[in-house]
Amino acid sequence: MSEINNRAWFLVLPVLVIVAFNAIIPMMTMVNYSVQDIFGPDNRYFVGLEWYKELLGDVELRNALRRQVTFSSLVLLIQVPLGILIALTLPQKGKSVAFCLIILGLPLLMPWNVVGVMWQIFARADIGLGGAAIAALGIDFNYSRDVLDAWFTIVVMDVWHWTSLIVLLAYSGLRAIDPAFYRAAQIDGASRWQVFRFVELPKLAGVLTIGIMLRLMDSLMIYSELVVLTGGGPGSSTSFLSQTLVKKAIGQFDLGPAASFSIIYFMIIVTLCFVFFRSITRAQEGE
Amino acid sequence: MADVTVNPKADATPPDSIALKQEGSAMLRARANRKPLVKMAILTLFFVFLLAPIYWLVVMSFKTDTEIVTKFTLWPQEFTLANYKTIFTTHSWWSSYINSALYVTLNTIISLAVALPAAYAFSRYRFLGDKHLFFWLLTNRMTPPAVFVLPYFQFYSAFGLIDTHIAVAIAHCVFNVPLAVWILEGFLKGVPKSIDETAYIDGYSFPRFFTTILVPLIRSGIGVTAFFCFMFSWVELILARTLTTSDAKPIVAVMTRVYSGAGIEWGLIAAAGVLTLVPGILVIWFVRNHIARGFAMGRV
Amino acid sequence: MTEIQMKNLRHSYYPNPKTEDDYALKSVDLTWEEGLAYALLGPSGSGKTTMLNILSGLLTASEGQVLFDGRDVTRLDARDRNIAQVFQFPVIYETMTVGENLAFPLKTRKVPAAQIKDRVGFIAEELGLTALLGRKARGLSAEQKQRISLGRGLVREDVAAILLDEPLTVIDPAEKMALRRTLKSVQLHLGVKLIYVTHDQHEAMTLADRVVVMDDGEVVQVGSPEELFENPAHKFVGYFIGTPGMNFVDCALDGSDLVVGNARFALNGAVQTLAGTSKPLSFGIRPDFLSLSEARPGRTIPGTVTRVENHGDEQIIAVDVGGAQMLARVEDHVRARAGENVHLNPDPQAMRVFAGQRVVDLPRNTFGDLT
Repeated sequence: MSEINNRAWFLVLPVLVIVAFNAIIPMMTMVNYSVQDIFGPDNRYFVGLEWYKELLGDVELRNALRRQVTFSSLVLLIQVPLGILIALTLPQKGKSVAFCLIILGLPLLMPWNVVGVMWQIFARADIGLGGAAIAALGIDFNYSRDVLDAWFTIVVMDVWHWTSLIVLLAYSGLRAIDPAFYRAAQIDGASRWQVFRFVELPKLAGVLTIGIMLRLMDSLMIYSELVVLTGGGPGSSTSFLSQTLVKKAIGQFDLGPAASFSIIYFMIIVTLCFVFFRSITRAQEGE
Repeated sequence: MADVTVNPKADATPPDSIALKQEGSAMLRARANRKPLVKMAILTLFFVFLLAPIYWLVVMSFKTDTEIVTKFTLWPQEFTLANYKTIFTTHSWWSSYINSALYVTLNTIISLAVALPAAYAFSRYRFLGDKHLFFWLLTNRMTPPAVFVLPYFQFYSAFGLIDTHIAVAIAHCVFNVPLAVWILEGFLKGVPKSIDETAYIDGYSFPRFFTTILVPLIRSGIGVTAFFCFMFSWVELILARTLTTSDAKPIVAVMTRVYSGAGIEWGLIAAAGVLTLVPGILVIWFVRNHIARGFAMGRV
Repeated sequence: MTEIQMKNLRHSYYPNPKTEDDYALKSVDLTWEEGLAYALLGPSGSGKTTMLNILSGLLTASEGQVLFDGRDVTRLDARDRNIAQVFQFPVIYETMTVGENLAFPLKTRKVPAAQIKDRVGFIAEELGLTALLGRKARGLSAEQKQRISLGRGLVREDVAAILLDEPLTVIDPAEKMALRRTLKSVQLHLGVKLIYVTHDQHEAMTLADRVVVMDDGEVVQVGSPEELFENPAHKFVGYFIGTPGMNFVDCALDGSDLVVGNARFALNGAVQTLAGTSKPLSFGIRPDFLSLSEARPGRTIPGTVTRVENHGDEQIIAVDVGGAQMLARVEDHVRARAGENVHLNPDPQAMRVFAGQRVVDLPRNTFGDLT
């Protein structure tokens, strides 16, 4: 259906320029730094892959990676089904649609550090509505002292923050399904679950891929909210990749290791996303 | 007697209003057995969950700091507008909102302007390396700002762009442009290729075709894309903070200064936080129909 | 198989219809007989889709009843009335194989697996889908997908009727014929009642045993394709069916003669019937039943040729017969040029008179002897 046309590159050129300006050149700088030991502008040595070797054996980094994977899987497992469920319950038309869109948009439009600040107070048992509600159930809730409470808080916060994104995408997918598909399923005697499984879910595959990928990327990069809310604590129990690496980089006062951390971090994200992307597209093709 | 030669085969008119009404009711009927009460309950619960923290933020913004940290009160005991007054009368506060709005707008415009032709290319042509290019674009969406601030700072310093709006606007392109290409490509795929061909046969040049035919056709898609660009640029903190020092300092960065200080002024932060929601609400309000329609096209 | 009856059916999309115009469907009384292929023919907005949705149970008619073998199903849902439907564009379960698609309506009805297998195999054979049974439905052509849609209706042995809503719209012209043939043969083999909605007269005429012609919310005529062609009961049927459609020319009574343009036809005793109506009269004849001849007073209509269209082995000649135009379909060897004076010779058997929109029932020999 599409013709081979290499002039299309001209149309892609502006994107290339602007992204290269932002991504390639800084990335090259990082790669350059990462193979050196830098004491000052005129005092640097080539160290090869030394920093990488050191980092890959780093226990703290490995623990952070483990926590990161746990966190990302957890929020995805909650947000995706919850988002689809909410999208199914949204009204199809009428004045209430715009109203619902605005409410859904609110968490998405809040700057990430504001989200952290808000939840920092909201989840406190003494002065926050959410924390007080849990405390009222007779639970001794304190996210800055108890690891489980801290995890609970950040997961709930992330669900609050990002479920709307999945809802909006899934809603758009559902709206695009022609009524004839529902009619056919009804005529065939399909149950509600079968309608979901065989009509709605296959049609949602495309938008859900975008949604899941965005959520995966952003959850792997989560930083601002957590710095404010838990600061990675208690201990380093909620310290994920971003924070661990920033802490290390600042602690080192050396551009070399900091740069190699960044490269490794980037590679981890790209690898995870790539694996995920491939498995989603494979699953769709193989269905 | 002209009707003698009416040719019924030519009767291929699009569905008239009656047919449209029927489709609407088809959807209603097919979904009628979905227990509306349960649906309402789920939706209400979720909205309560979404609104509760925001409610708390709004209430906090009208409280004094003493009340916030010492008492648990569901609404302000000593109602005060002092927090808002501080923001509206302090130059560094209110100008930071303008700074944010400026670079976010700039970013949205740049992102759309460069993403549209690229999305068109991806949707219409196959060219050398297109698949790789697409995934490479996506990887840029994955660049974690937290660990890339240093090269960014150095790089933008080298061009003398530090503390300018355009710097932040361009830096935010790193995650918004790939997203914009991704979303727009979906919308453009929904535009039949025959429209392009007809336009070329009618003698349209590519730029004229693009701006007068294609763009209006997918304006809902552009609305949705603009919404996402606005959103991700508005909420980003790290790059915006790194690339600005005073003249272009955005609201998100000014806020971090407040809470990293000794005594945290919660009320002030809450008020500032509430105000960060206002532009977003305005944007959604103005593009709500586009968004609803764009979402209805199901190409997001 | 089931006989479907519609009694005094009316439908309006407005909650409180006031005038007749508020009704999308105006008073329909119709019986769909067993085992026949029906076509529901009419232009967009004529009420076909409303009728279809009432049949399938998607809509509940505002007034009147729908009976399946005498059982009142007016208020029953689609799933409770054994109706299957094929839509304008292919509606299939993309993630399933062709076989799973065909088996789905039986599975949901808890039919034993062995029975499903037999039935699916049988129907797949009928539809020429056997080789595709194990394939994913997603990658197939529109034509194959429409076969699957049809198959999902056919697998159900209890199905009362299969409604086809312009199912050839998105099919490649080259494949349309094949699918049409399959429809016809399936209908003959399985004796299932097909109700085929279309605005294309050729589709309707080639597929159906009975054509139900609709216009402006009303059923204007039900009949076999030949009947509709030869004896249109309504002006609309006259010009909607046949290419070009029927000629209509205003006419008037003068004594015992009928005046058509510059010609007079003697009415053999039918004057009374025509004089009784107050509605405007018009004279109707299909282009196929007009020929050119010498002037024969009382038999021919004089006129001037305005246009000649050559269609290969035949030509369409437009003739001005005094303020009105008539088309004649004649063989290609007939010589006629624009501006030439000619005489149109209508076949006495095919001449019709309409009062208002409806045909006037005249004796066979009104315009001439039967010989």
